[in-house]
Amino acid sequence: MEKFNQHSGLVVPLDAANVDTDQIIPKQFLQKTTRIGFGQHLFHDWRYLDNAGHQANPDFILNQPQYQGASILLTGENFGCGSSREHAPWALQEYGFKVIIASSFADIFYANCINIGILPIILSEEIITELFQQAKTSPQHFSVDLATKTVNTAHSKFHFELAPFHQYCLENGVDSVGWTLNKLSKIESYEAQMPAWQ
Amino acid sequence: MASTLYEKLWQQHVIEEKADETPLIYVDRHLIHEVTSPQAFANLKFHNRVLRHPERTIATMDHNISTRSIEINAAGEGAANQLRTLEKNCKEFGIELFGMGHKNQGIVHVMGPELGLTLPGTVIVCGDSHTATHGAFGALAFGIGTSEVEHVFATQTLRQTKAKTMKIEVKGQVAPGISAKDIILAIIGKTGSAGATGYVVEYCGEAIERLSMEERMTVCNMSIEFGAKAGLIAPDATTFDYLKDKEYAPKGAVWQQAVNDWQALKSDAEATFDSYLTLDAKEIKTQVTWGTTPGQVTQVDSVVPSPEDFTDPVEKESCLAALKYMGLTAGTKITDIAINKVFIGSCTNSRIEDLRAAAAIAKGKKVSASVDAIVVPGSYRVKEQAEAEGLAQTFIDAGFEWRLPGCSMCLGMNDDVLTEGDRCASTSNRNFEGRQGRGSRTHLVSPELAAASAIAGHFVDLTQLNQQTQGA
Repeated sequence: MEKFNQHSGLVVPLDAANVDTDQIIPKQFLQKTTRIGFGQHLFHDWRYLDNAGHQANPDFILNQPQYQGASILLTGENFGCGSSREHAPWALQEYGFKVIIASSFADIFYANCINIGILPIILSEEIITELFQQAKTSPQHFSVDLATKTVNTAHSKFHFELAPFHQYCLENGVDSVGWTLNKLSKIESYEAQMPAWQ
Repeated sequence: MASTLYEKLWQQHVIEEKADETPLIYVDRHLIHEVTSPQAFANLKFHNRVLRHPERTIATMDHNISTRSIEINAAGEGAANQLRTLEKNCKEFGIELFGMGHKNQGIVHVMGPELGLTLPGTVIVCGDSHTATHGAFGALAFGIGTSEVEHVFATQTLRQTKAKTMKIEVKGQVAPGISAKDIILAIIGKTGSAGATGYVVEYCGEAIERLSMEERMTVCNMSIEFGAKAGLIAPDATTFDYLKDKEYAPKGAVWQQAVNDWQALKSDAEATFDSYLTLDAKEIKTQVTWGTTPGQVTQVDSVVPSPEDFTDPVEKESCLAALKYMGLTAGTKITDIAINKVFIGSCTNSRIEDLRAAAAIAKGKKVSASVDAIVVPGSYRVKEQAEAEGLAQTFIDAGFEWRLPGCSMCLGMNDDVLTEGDRCASTSNRNFEGRQGRGSRTHLVSPELAAASAIAGHFVDLTQLNQQTQGA
């Protein structure tokens, strides 16, 4: 996993609540056996007017010229709800998003982001409202610093919380499977005391 | 110290809990399917790692298979590739697979419980968000992403943040004709679509205790639809009776030991939860979703709400967007909404009791000429039983299509998809935009209401239907 320390980038404000993973990556694109090839289908039904994905929907915010190259997604509450498909954060990452800012995330989606090196940032609804106002007025660049856990905008600075281990994994690009395999003796001790039915 | 059921399950599975690390917990059972496992296997191979416990891992094919043919190729090229990849991986890593046409094949959350693979007091995971279903047995069960699937393959453990606890008590008894689906939709209607994010929910109270295992699974299945990490119901005699003698359940002295241990799996009377919700069972009516999240739900004898009915600006905005997508006008009576598709199936409602309930309504009736209706049993075992009981014939005689088991139109990864503008009464779990097909409109309902709507061509108030039947 790539390390994450700081990131500065263009913010795209996707003003919608309860964006589900079916919307982020519809089911017809889940038939791959690799982790790549999902970015082009990100938000397919919103992004394209046709099923083949040839005709961009000019009304959809990701298609607007001023947001091309965006790498920070600012969005509404309960982002990533629904299906556990990791294809959703894979699609966001391949499209170019490194940071997602919302007032809340669905649990599985949040874990999936951490596991692949996307930084999900939770801020209060008041702050999110303020950030939307900034980003909708004119395209904004935010910078995010993981060591100090801050989001810096042109006008303000906000602190966010992140579990210490999640921060450590992101900063160091930890291979979480390898990390746990170093604790094999603990797992074996646990297994040795399990009841027969378990 | 008094503990909740969740805290007991947690304590029994924690391997390591340190201040600066996310806790490590043991996974007893890992269920896998074709869609969310290939990349996990690929990474395992890339790192040259072993799969730690193939015997704790069980595979089935369900998400993108055809419901018309058991041929792998019938699913289409992309799906067939995933199915073959699963076959190859299971062979290579020594995992038992219930492939196309196998007598144990079925939707992962139907197959596991009916074979006795789902046991109280265990941690069960699967790369599928409806894994919460297995919580009906007092198992801590939740959906995971593919990176976590890989972690379980290699270590038989997961890193998990401890969840908060929520107690949902449904007091008293539901009225006749009110199903488990109505109970869970009513709960979600109260909490909203993210009301339990960060929580593990325990369902309790008389109305829950009286449910069969199939009904309990319907309730726990939809825990994720209001954000819960998992849903739990304390195991009791109903649970033990269901599991006894199931193929993969423990036998003999081990069974006795297990039941002894499982009897302790309940929240202590003095245990405190982080949050509480209480419902009065007798107030729960037949439910129908009108919007594009499961929390956008109302009673069948009610009307489509208006954005003005909501004070929260986000809910107001969501209502407006949902009405537009759903092609509905505020104030329309739910029973005036015409449907042209019906889907009876999915890990929520495709078990034998669901099919019995739907068949009882369909018996001797005909599906409306304006409706295409399909019934997709949850597994080959359910299919066989439904055929033996004559339910399949009842459906066929009434004009329903009787299909082969699979996830089917719940998510439409195979060719069971709706087309733009279709309006479907569906017994599945998600009414998201485009879930069953781009531009299609999904209304989540119980099997009883799905069957009755197929016949009428629109939603019907089941209490009035019963009165008419009795009067005739």
